[in-house]
Amino acid sequence: MSETIQNLASYDPFADTGEESDLKVQGYIHIRVQQRNGRKTLTTVQGLPADLDQKRILKAFKKEFACNGTVVQDEDLGEVIQLQGDHRVKIQQFLASEGLASKDKIKIHGF
Amino acid sequence: MSLHDEKPEQVEAENFDFGLKKKKKKKAVPDFEEVAAAETETAAPEASNGAEAGEGDEDAVPEGDDAGNMFADLKKKKKKKKVTLEGEEPAQEEGAEGTKSEAFDFGEKKKKKKRRPDLAEFEAQLREGQTGEDGAEEEGTETSGAKKEGDDTWQGSNRDYTYNELLSRVFKILRQNNPELVGDKKRYTIAPPQVMKEGTKKSVFANVVDICKRMHRQPDHVIQYLFAELGTTGSIDGSQRLVIKGRFQQKQIENVLKHYFMEYVTCKTCKSADTILTKENRLFFLQCESCGSTRTVSAIKTGFMAQTRDARKAARANA
Repeated sequence: MSETIQNLASYDPFADTGEESDLKVQGYIHIRVQQRNGRKTLTTVQGLPADLDQKRILKAFKKEFACNGTVVQDEDLGEVIQLQGDHRVKIQQFLASEGLASKDKIKIHGF
Repeated sequence: MSLHDEKPEQVEAENFDFGLKKKKKKKAVPDFEEVAAAETETAAPEASNGAEAGEGDEDAVPEGDDAGNMFADLKKKKKKKKVTLEGEEPAQEEGAEGTKSEAFDFGEKKKKKKRRPDLAEFEAQLREGQTGEDGAEEEGTETSGAKKEGDDTWQGSNRDYTYNELLSRVFKILRQNNPELVGDKKRYTIAPPQVMKEGTKKSVFANVVDICKRMHRQPDHVIQYLFAELGTTGSIDGSQRLVIKGRFQQKQIENVLKHYFMEYVTCKTCKSADTILTKENRLFFLQCESCGSTRTVSAIKTGFMAQTRDARKAARANA
């Protein structure tokens, strides 16, 4: 009897959700900084909402912060914006002022 | 109900207080209504303001302050403390004032003492004479009229008190009877990290183990967090120092440690650093030793790492 009930439950609510879906569900925008050689740094913006056009945002970033950058396609994180230089705080302010994300949804990492 | 919203009202209420108190002295005994109304009115907003201001101070200050002060030397701390105290003092004073005009307290004003015993009778009177005196009273307290009605007037009317009113009352009395609760909290400090350069491309974080011990955290966990946040790698050398790839200054490491402290050490409920981090079913739980609350903390995730020149070089070498 108990077996049939077990079989009925095809959906396992305790199944592992996996890392990447976890990252997406939380809806945080992570802004990270990475060191390059010398005093140079890279800023990465991960987890921007999917309905936004990353290329247009990148263009705006580039113009606003006067830097270069690209959109990188990552297997499990989706599109990630990379910018040259440390623009973490500026990015947060920009996203907040343009109404693309609220400040509490943005997490700044790094030193 | 943020602090900023309260401020102007508070001032208004205070201004009114003076006026009303004067009136109280002048007027004869019969118009209890006004006295009571004035009283509840003065007591309520002020008390709630006092409580809130106090709370706000306690809540708002330590967050940033803790973080800011954690590593700061004593001098700085003292300065900051002064600032917070200054912020808190007016709140306390107001709390005291509020209680002075509170009916159940041993007020210094004679009138109140006189009035206290026959509260029931007076309330009965109130109900009768409400309509007559209301008009006159509202003239005096035009602006605060709305506030009074909304805030705390169960004493002057026959409606029941609400939860919030009682809650603010409890807090007010609690604070007044236990002044030590109001004072600012004990600060937790960590020794500043000792970061040195090793060559041009590496940094050495000498007192990791010591700091981990002070925080009661596993060095592994702390180091994992450090690497994830800094986006680098590294190792522990023979004399228990952490060698980090990349050039980092002390204040940068300090910043990351501060964030670690906020995330994984301080209790969000009581702000105490007396916590244990345990792992259950691949989830990290933070249990507070002083208040007993438990919360989950997010696992350490490295996130996206941009491909650096080194990685590209390595990939090319492999191919």
